[in-house]
Amino acid sequence: MSTFVQVLLDGLLAGMLYALVAAGLSLIWGVMDVINFAHGEFLMVAMYLSYWLGFLAHIDPIISWVASGAFVFILGALTYRFIVSRCIGKAAMAPLLATFGLSMFLKNFCLNRFSPNFRILQTTLLEGRKFILGDIVIGLPQLVTGLFSLAILFTLYYLMKKTRLGWAIQATAMDSEAAELMGINTDRIYLLVFGLGGACVGIAGGLLTSYLAVHPEVGALFGLIAFLIVAMGGFGSIPGALAAAIIIGLVEALAGFYIAPVFKYVAVFAIYLVLIMARPKGLFGW
Amino acid sequence: MSDAILKVHDIHCAYDAVPVIHGISLEVREGEIVAIVGANGAGKSTTMRTIAGLMHPTQGTVSFLGEDVTRTAGYAMVTKGISFVPEGRRLFSKLTVRENLELGAYTENNRPVIEERLEEVFTLFPILKNRANQVAETMSGGEQQMCAIARGLMSKPKLLMLDELSLGLMPSLVEKVLETVVEINRKGTTILLVEQMVQEALEIATRGYVIQTGRIVQEGTARELLESDSVRKAYMGM
Repeated sequence: MSTFVQVLLDGLLAGMLYALVAAGLSLIWGVMDVINFAHGEFLMVAMYLSYWLGFLAHIDPIISWVASGAFVFILGALTYRFIVSRCIGKAAMAPLLATFGLSMFLKNFCLNRFSPNFRILQTTLLEGRKFILGDIVIGLPQLVTGLFSLAILFTLYYLMKKTRLGWAIQATAMDSEAAELMGINTDRIYLLVFGLGGACVGIAGGLLTSYLAVHPEVGALFGLIAFLIVAMGGFGSIPGALAAAIIIGLVEALAGFYIAPVFKYVAVFAIYLVLIMARPKGLFGW
Repeated sequence: MSDAILKVHDIHCAYDAVPVIHGISLEVREGEIVAIVGANGAGKSTTMRTIAGLMHPTQGTVSFLGEDVTRTAGYAMVTKGISFVPEGRRLFSKLTVRENLELGAYTENNRPVIEERLEEVFTLFPILKNRANQVAETMSGGEQQMCAIARGLMSKPKLLMLDELSLGLMPSLVEKVLETVVEINRKGTTILLVEQMVQEALEIATRGYVIQTGRIVQEGTARELLESDSVRKAYMGM
């Protein structure tokens, strides 16, 4: 029984992190109808930044996530200004292909600069610390990352639902021309949304560095999982992303433990297929 | 006669190089209700969209309060004092009435001022107060139109532009909505409106312009237009 609870908790914590990664992607899609194909690579960039800050400047991920979040916010905003804003209103595939190009660039840039080696931070503040409750053992890095992700997600949700800026973002998503008529500079909203989407994945990447090795390919899997979550949860829905992310986290943990580790992504994609066939709009889609 | 606050001079507009407006000039003076009337596809809405900054003319100028606003972006027109209620209401359908209204005052950051304006529009449209926390798309067409006008008033515009208020409303409601327009005007807001229901619009207007295929074919006081044979024949079926 305690093994089962242990596996559930592991899955839950992973799901919370996935939710934050996916929320960034979902936000951008929800407001702009643009899939940011470089989303996974944004995570990789954040992880490298956090890694090098830890390795060279001895700043722990528990602090440097702020820098990762800010850095990828700027990266996202620049991506909008110099790439995406030039593709909008043209062929539907244009932003997709352009951000795909960016993802290739980022991946190969890091491969060239940092080699394909796996790098992990040694001696972080949380390293090796555990939270023990009876038979259940939870690594503190995972716990802190999961809870932090959840907190950021709730902050984002609050921003969207309860503040005037959030209403302006939603208004821009629903009818950008009518939003202009309210005096909302929608171009700036798009810039901000791309930045916020980047910040979500940037913070997630920064936190993740406390227990996961970084390498140039690390973003690919996260990017793919984030896409599954967004599609499963309903495009543009933050609660949907949270629900779907937790399902994915749990399925991954349960299948990985009770069936076989190599089987976990088979289970994840199977669940995705089943859910999408049953509810093509996603869990919370409209 | 006071000076014109809005001056549109010989504008030409095109959608993807297809010209639809061929030189329209008009002006609106402070305190007036000006009606632009004409058939479907005559270019009324395009004229309004151009004034509101949602599109820019290929030639000609638009000036407001003496300032050239021909190339000003749509979002910046609100701070200059122009508010545009577009055709089809265009409410933010998944947001509540209150959130829609708050966004109408997006350029205003002073909380007490926003609350004051909310009270003003709730006085004008008491039904909206009851509906404040209701999602916009769940309201009836008439209520949505009121909400759209109220949202347009939230920025406290000097000039309120109303495009096809009557669209999709039953006749008794059209009358009620137009009465409200008169009330808004009496309280000091200048109004420029576009309407297919020619008679109803001219009855509340000070002056009017008749647009046909992208040109102004007739202009004058509302009374002159109402009594003109060509207008009566073409638009009122008399």
